[in-house]
Amino acid sequence: MWQRIFALIKKEFLALLKDKQSRFVLIGPPIIQLMVFGYAASFDLNHVPFAVYNEDPGVAARELIADFRGSPNFREVAPITRDGQIAPTIDDRRALLVLHIGPQFTRELLRGRPASVQVILDGRNSNTALIALNYAREIIIRFNERWAAEHGLSPPPAHLTMRAWFNPDLESRWFIVPGIVGLLTLVVTMVVTALSVAREREQGTFDQLLVTPMRPVEILLGKALPGLLIGLVEATFIIVMAVLWFRIPLIGSLAALYAGIAVFLLSAIGVGLMISSIAVTQQQGLLGAFLFLVPAIILSGFATPIANMPVIVQKLTLINPMRYFMVILRGVFLEGMPFPLLVPQLWPMALIGVATLALAGWLFRHRMY
Amino acid sequence: MTAPATAPDGDGGGTDVVLAFRDVDKTFRSGNRTVPALRGASLEVRRGRVTGLIGPDGAGKTTLMRITAGLLVPDAGTVTVLGMDAARDSLAVQAALGYMPQRFGLYEDLTVQENLDLYARLQGVSDADRAPRYAELTRMTGLGAFTARLAGHLSGGMKQKLGLACTLVRPPRLLLLDEPTVGVDPVSRRELWAIVYRLVREQGMSVLLSTAYLDEAERCDDVILIHEGRVFGHGPPQRFTEPMGGRTYAVSVPEAMKKRTLQERLADAPGVVDAVIQGEHVRLVLQEGEVPEAGRLLPGLDGIAIEPVAPRFEDSFIATLHEGAGEAAPARSAAPIAAAAPGADGTVIAVHGLQRRFGDFYAVRNLSFDVHRGEVFGLLGANGAGKSTTFRMLCGLLPPSGGELRVAGVDLRTAAAEARARIGYMSQKFSLYGNLSVGENLAFFASAYGLRGRRRRERIDWALAGFELAAVRAAPSGELPLGFKQRLALACALMHEPQILFLDEPTSGVDPLARRAFWRRINTLAEAGVTVLVTTHFMEEAEYCDRLVIMAAGEILALGTPREIKARAHAAGHAEPTMEDAFIRLIEAHERAAEAAA
Amino acid sequence: MNTTMHARGGAAMRLGGLVRKEFLQILRDPSSIAIAFLLPVVLLLIFGYGVSLDAKHVPIAVVVDQPGADTASFTGAFYHSRYFTPHPLPDMAAATHALMAGRVEAIVRLRSDFARQLRGNRGAPIQLIVNGVDANSARLIQGYVDGVWIGWLAQRARSAGQVLDIPVQLEQRVWFNSELRSRNYLVPGLIAVIMTLIGALLTAMVVAREWERGTMEALLVTPVAMREILLGKLIPYFLLGMGGMGLSVGMAVWLFQVPLRGSVTVLFACAALFLLAALGMGLLISIVARNQFVAGQAAIITTFLPAFILSGFVFDIGSMPQVVQWITHIVAARYFVFILQTVFLAGDLWHIILPNALALILMAAFFLGLARRRARKRLE
Repeated sequence: MWQRIFALIKKEFLALLKDKQSRFVLIGPPIIQLMVFGYAASFDLNHVPFAVYNEDPGVAARELIADFRGSPNFREVAPITRDGQIAPTIDDRRALLVLHIGPQFTRELLRGRPASVQVILDGRNSNTALIALNYAREIIIRFNERWAAEHGLSPPPAHLTMRAWFNPDLESRWFIVPGIVGLLTLVVTMVVTALSVAREREQGTFDQLLVTPMRPVEILLGKALPGLLIGLVEATFIIVMAVLWFRIPLIGSLAALYAGIAVFLLSAIGVGLMISSIAVTQQQGLLGAFLFLVPAIILSGFATPIANMPVIVQKLTLINPMRYFMVILRGVFLEGMPFPLLVPQLWPMALIGVATLALAGWLFRHRMY
Repeated sequence: MTAPATAPDGDGGGTDVVLAFRDVDKTFRSGNRTVPALRGASLEVRRGRVTGLIGPDGAGKTTLMRITAGLLVPDAGTVTVLGMDAARDSLAVQAALGYMPQRFGLYEDLTVQENLDLYARLQGVSDADRAPRYAELTRMTGLGAFTARLAGHLSGGMKQKLGLACTLVRPPRLLLLDEPTVGVDPVSRRELWAIVYRLVREQGMSVLLSTAYLDEAERCDDVILIHEGRVFGHGPPQRFTEPMGGRTYAVSVPEAMKKRTLQERLADAPGVVDAVIQGEHVRLVLQEGEVPEAGRLLPGLDGIAIEPVAPRFEDSFIATLHEGAGEAAPARSAAPIAAAAPGADGTVIAVHGLQRRFGDFYAVRNLSFDVHRGEVFGLLGANGAGKSTTFRMLCGLLPPSGGELRVAGVDLRTAAAEARARIGYMSQKFSLYGNLSVGENLAFFASAYGLRGRRRRERIDWALAGFELAAVRAAPSGELPLGFKQRLALACALMHEPQILFLDEPTSGVDPLARRAFWRRINTLAEAGVTVLVTTHFMEEAEYCDRLVIMAAGEILALGTPREIKARAHAAGHAEPTMEDAFIRLIEAHERAAEAAA
Repeated sequence: MNTTMHARGGAAMRLGGLVRKEFLQILRDPSSIAIAFLLPVVLLLIFGYGVSLDAKHVPIAVVVDQPGADTASFTGAFYHSRYFTPHPLPDMAAATHALMAGRVEAIVRLRSDFARQLRGNRGAPIQLIVNGVDANSARLIQGYVDGVWIGWLAQRARSAGQVLDIPVQLEQRVWFNSELRSRNYLVPGLIAVIMTLIGALLTAMVVAREWERGTMEALLVTPVAMREILLGKLIPYFLLGMGGMGLSVGMAVWLFQVPLRGSVTVLFACAALFLLAALGMGLLISIVARNQFVAGQAAIITTFLPAFILSGFVFDIGSMPQVVQWITHIVAARYFVFILQTVFLAGDLWHIILPNALALILMAAFFLGLARRRARKRLE
């Protein structure tokens, strides 16, 4: 039995690696996507374009503007001299933020009275606007602290000291890149498994396999193991790239990480083989994989937190293996999550894997024609 | 005919030529290899005649058609269509000719009427002209009752006729038909020829028609024989068959001897170019100058009758390939494999009341037959007759909806894996892993059948040697010529020395030489006691079977030896009916019975 | 000349025949309908409901070493915020554990001397620890905590009859999307992705299908001209794409309540330009790749993924590395996303729409022109 399975695995690899097109599917898109996601997919803002409309010739205003200019998060564009210029500057997206300092600013401050500055934001992209607002707020808080100290004012009765654990500089890349390990492993494993049976059906070789003494479970294993191996290689490649190229810290143990990868691959292969045993043509296999992949990725917490979704959608994500894997990846990479904490993520994936594989096996036997 | 390519006599002058190729070369690139499709092809097609473009698969027929239609540009040489240059004035050429590509170019999700409408608009047939034209076309093709049906739901024969109707919606001056008779049953083939001749007779149309069926050559006014991109001969069919006069004979021996055995022996006899079973005889083609001498051909046999028969096109084709192209004679068949143990009563495959339903459509209904050990058993029928469905049920690939079925005493669908180790299976399209090499395919199937160690090595060596595959061992099997693929597929199916061999259309698309070699191998296997079940739509191949069933619309029309089946047509007045005559007669009788019942 | 007259009348008839045929095929092929109408609905639902960057009810651990009136008033502010769901925990060990296990996203800790320091002159520290793994959410949480803190300070000052003694106070005004709903910019951006799917993916696949089934060969030998074949594909899928656009806009406005401040005419005019560019890309892909499998993959990699990631639909283009920013200029979806977000949220701002529309015109002309040039009535 194992000899037959081994022959099938060997054949599967030869077929995959000899074909120019499938070789490309295994190597090309993962690298392109790793680069594109690694560099382009980021919520971090740097050099947010801002414009200053300063009506106050005083020293305080100059200091505040200097603080904005000194921040790496902001980049100043042409100044505004009239009220009427504010709207076009925002409309044209020349600036995302306009800092408006009124004529009484310095005078009020020196009198010891609170002075206000106005920040006008382009809210079209609400996320960007919120983050830019936070940056502005931090600059003003720091300005206030300095001003209070310099002018002998009493500080506010309580102040915030903030620390971010696991990602002290709050870099989006640290969040996104470990997620890519899951994303690309899923995509490649799905394409390899979802198309494998369909391709043989289309070429007529599947019949040839079925009339050999191989049992369905042997064929299933012969199809699943290459997917597992390719998934492991792919995951390893991206992990190495993440650590060496993108400099993402890998704090947790590799053993815990690979335990997660193995269980995740089990569930991904299960879904892939299920699609494969339903699809008659490669076209259908591809469409099925696409229809699974898009919601699986979007509803996994890869780019946007699951917690922000409506409750019913959150419940729906419970059947998405990718969701659990995202937690494991980020937990092990950044938080150094120990194995016991991974267990709540592992068993649902294992359950999904066993259920889909069993279903795929059943479909194999009952959809042989 | 052994002469090299020559232009036909210019009896009608230059104006009479509607299509002329002059030294046309065409090469395709596939990966980093170049594949020559046409090599120095020169030919002429004359007005008002049906010219057949005859050659095996991959000979360059489709390339030639496409160059004529302006879809491809030749690398060298000139092509003149109706006085215009095909490459330069392709739009004008396309406005003047009609072209039916392979698979007929139909939109399967449009109805018959919608297909006609589309092509009428594309051909610029005005609204006023359409109605009478449609009426004429549907009458000619018999599609009148089906105008609202989706083209995809038509039978192969009706699709072919619709394809033709779409091409004829505006009568072209030159009609190009690319393999119009592939995958179409003999009845539809006959009807197509009738339509083509009517067009030529009534409208003076010129027709260029390509085909891989050699027997169709004799229906053409002119024949262009093409092989491996070269024009081998050009002229009326008689010009090909005449030189074969005195070289063709029918050999018959007393009943006791199997025809297959006789054919085997004759094929190896000295001076023999070709030996095929035809009816009750073996048809013999001798080398030029050879004399048919019973003692020399079949030493030690008595009661041999050798009679001269009229040559036919296929004889000259085989002779041309033998002599002109220097093709080697079909090799002696592969080494025989170990004989299988006989069953209790010799019955290996038993089918009783087999049924298969798809929705409310019966693909197979009430099928019963037995196959004995060492028998070559044929399943014949047109596309859609249900023979592939039957075949798949026998192999355990498809569960039957009703009835019983036993292969070597078990139902393969539910049988233990070990039972499947006793059968060999070769599917329709020679399904192999195209991007794996020949050696890798063999190694994989050897392992899949559970062979290991020394035996595995021995069998792989046996396959490489016995099927002449050693030279292409490292080549990707997908890029091999069809004949090699067929041999490789057979080798894979025989890897584990099966007792029963299932062959699904094993010779479709393969050239006549490869077909002959293939059948010799099958004969050897049958002699060794292997039971062979084979499907085919080549009627003449039925002669190789010990017994066969003819199927139509999922039912058995006839069951018996080839002689018994032909005897039915014989009664109706044919002197010596071919299997195709018998088939057509059976179908017609069946349809009449169905009409009477309705 | 007589023949040219004939040819012109013939062209209209041929084109009519091709367009009719295409519509009949679309009607009979459920997968075209699915890509044109079902896929937009599914994608809009998944995105509209599933994708949100607005953190609400963030679980936050509150650790108070020594509870008292002052700490209660501060933690009370968290209970009143719609952004937080506070979880009181006894000590830092429990809170750390909760953070590691992902049950809370942040910890707010008030030390035992909070009440005393509050009255001292150096001020009391409030410790905030956020889980920085999801940097974006972490930053948003920081901002929300800032807001809670300032609000609490102001309220405390008010109840003491004072004015909050902070030198500079920030007064924020958000234009166009004042509630800062991420759905308001995600849904319009998604329309560009959907139209890319219809324009490029669907078109590439249907043309490839004609090659695969051999019907293209039959078309090519009729007197039909190449531009008629291209137009015969362009017109039906253009209309189908505009139909998908109408559906998406309708869902955006009525189901997701995205404000549409600009005019529908401008929206559809720009959509038409973008669709032409997408159709041009689809046709070009199908001319180069003549089988559905390759055409589908090529369309996803060259049109769908860029429209998703490099168009500014989710991720801010200005923050991408310079090289990637240059690349975004050849992504047609970038210009359309810009127009969509403007027309939906800001209105008909011509000085924004016109340059971007011009870019779309150029891209449409480029891709359609290239498709026309590369398309030959030949099989090679």
